[in-house]
Amino acid sequence: MYTQGLDVQGTDAKSGAEEAALERRFQARVDREEKIEPKDWMPERYRATLIRQISQHAHSEIVGMLPEGNWITRAPSLKRKAILIAKVQDEGGHGAYLYSAAETLGITRDQMVEQLLSGKAKYSSIFNYPTLSWADVGAIGWLVDGAAIMNQIPLCRCSYGPYARAMVRVCREESFHQRQGYDIMLELCRGSVEQKRMAQDALNRWWWPSLMMFGPPDATSIHSSDSQRWKIKRFSNDELRQKFVDFTVPQAAFLGISMPDPELRWNETEQRHEFGAIDWSEFERVLRGNGPCNGERLAARRRAWAQGAWVREAASAYAQKQRDRAESSAA
Amino acid sequence: MTAPIDATSGAAVSREWPLYEVFIRARGGLDHKHVGSLHATDARMAIEHARDLYTRREEGVSIWVVRSSDIAASDPQDADALFEPARDKIYRHPTFYEIPDEVKTL
Amino acid sequence: MSGPAPAARPAGVPANALSRYALRLGDLPLILGQRLGEWVGHAPVLEEDLGLANLALDLIGQARLLLSYAGEVEGEGRTEDDLAFLRDPGEYLNPTLVEQPNGDFGETIVRQVLVDAFQLPLYEGLMGSADKHIAAIAAKAVKETRYHLRYSSSWMVRLGDGTPESHARVQGSLNRLWRYTVEFFEEDDLDRDMAARGVAPRLANVRAAWLTSIDEILAEATLARPGEVPYSWFGKRGEHSEHLGYILSDLQYLQRAHPGARW
Repeated sequence: MYTQGLDVQGTDAKSGAEEAALERRFQARVDREEKIEPKDWMPERYRATLIRQISQHAHSEIVGMLPEGNWITRAPSLKRKAILIAKVQDEGGHGAYLYSAAETLGITRDQMVEQLLSGKAKYSSIFNYPTLSWADVGAIGWLVDGAAIMNQIPLCRCSYGPYARAMVRVCREESFHQRQGYDIMLELCRGSVEQKRMAQDALNRWWWPSLMMFGPPDATSIHSSDSQRWKIKRFSNDELRQKFVDFTVPQAAFLGISMPDPELRWNETEQRHEFGAIDWSEFERVLRGNGPCNGERLAARRRAWAQGAWVREAASAYAQKQRDRAESSAA
Repeated sequence: MTAPIDATSGAAVSREWPLYEVFIRARGGLDHKHVGSLHATDARMAIEHARDLYTRREEGVSIWVVRSSDIAASDPQDADALFEPARDKIYRHPTFYEIPDEVKTL
Repeated sequence: MSGPAPAARPAGVPANALSRYALRLGDLPLILGQRLGEWVGHAPVLEEDLGLANLALDLIGQARLLLSYAGEVEGEGRTEDDLAFLRDPGEYLNPTLVEQPNGDFGETIVRQVLVDAFQLPLYEGLMGSADKHIAAIAAKAVKETRYHLRYSSSWMVRLGDGTPESHARVQGSLNRLWRYTVEFFEEDDLDRDMAARGVAPRLANVRAAWLTSIDEILAEATLARPGEVPYSWFGKRGEHSEHLGYILSDLQYLQRAHPGARW
């Protein structure tokens, strides 16, 4: 247990030797697979890395509510409508678990929201793509949640306790997300000619961005080595991406639709799928804010926050009045 | 937009909603377990938020919410002094005692 | 869920009247759930995205059960989806209040309180329905509605008794939406018929409970009850405002674009 009331780690200056000793003891704990909990001593860079990673993960869930949320009013059956509402609600919930984990490290929810809305914080670039048809809702569940699961399962064993525990909750819920997406695709691919075409079109547009979700190739990735030493990141980008491709190709084959990649082929010797070159310049463009929907996504979040300000203030004001009344009646 | 003013102190009221820690009893017979935190302006709202956030999958029969600032916690820096001394008092554990096999029910 | 045994239905009730009544019950949560679905991802604070989604989910669930039953009773093979997605605007029997636009969070909360305070005594009355299937649906819905009323009335109080701005906003919403509540309680032939057969409670009783509840909430929220205004749009008879057409364009689009498709 912990409290926001305790100061974040003592600010008394430590000598270089003291710091080094603390850092060695910290690393030894991590190496022994002990969990680091809030208020435990940790290197400032470990704290900063986690704040950045956890808050960006949280922002991704929140922004991620928007592309699918778009289709709630247009869901083609009541069952699908209910499932989609539940799924998007879950995503909001995941954001909440993650904000909660990040707050144990000394940053507040309001600070994180400010970082997102000002454009300082990043979120997963996949959510800057538009959802153009009902099949996109299926593709997102199948591919985007599928890729997220691949990233998140190793995080369940991350060294930082609150993040690991949040990930365990998230992973339990995430497999429903992937299944409902695949279920949508299954129904479409078994349906009419138009429905099957809708499904293929969605796959064509979501496949490459899903592969980009795993991040840049290992060779160009700068953050990795500390993250791996500190057991925040347990597998490399390329490893996870390869695993995702290998899992997903047979799933598409079962649906009877194909990846938009002429170079995709099974390599018998290496027991893996070879796939074509990813257009990293597109990834860069979208990351820098020039994807199809970056503007809309952030605008929607800013609008919600701005239009909700009077509500949040009213709730705070009412709570204060209640406290004042309680005090004066006690007096 | 100016921050609301507290009538008594005249100070600006923080617009950030306070943080609450949430404890859920999953089923009768179990303890309340800490599951995370959320923001709310009062206990009633905190319980409603906890219900919507942490019990969607029938994982709860009882909810406790506590303002994070009300939790007193042991300081990890004191862990040695607080918890090490218990380590060598292994005589507190039943397994420390070798009871002859002939003696049943002990 | 498997069909109800015919013995669950009270003897002598014409199928078309009973199914029309079930539609009326089901269209309210259908359209209100649809409206609330628009909020997800846009609420004033993350925790309320979850809260509003929870309301929407419960309401869609109620709609599914009631529409499904309406189709069974009608006996022409129409499913919950056929009824939800393929009727013409004049065939929807929701009260006009629930098709009103969401407006700001306060307007949504005011609309919600007015509805929840009506639904609770209505469902409580329906728990004693001569139609056992409706009674069973009502028993489930009552628990959900108690939570909805708790949620919406808490917010009504916070906003009514919050800041001068929040107070002005929700008083304005209340003034705008109040007149639609007349429709909840005006009995027509169908209401009278269902009450006479013991299928439905008398609306006069529901109104008494509603008014008590509303007055309590308004008092705590420091809001003034608006004066009565003449009103004559009866969505519950299929006479809707312009809003329903737009709602249905979104709701029905995919099913209309792909007739007969499975989803």
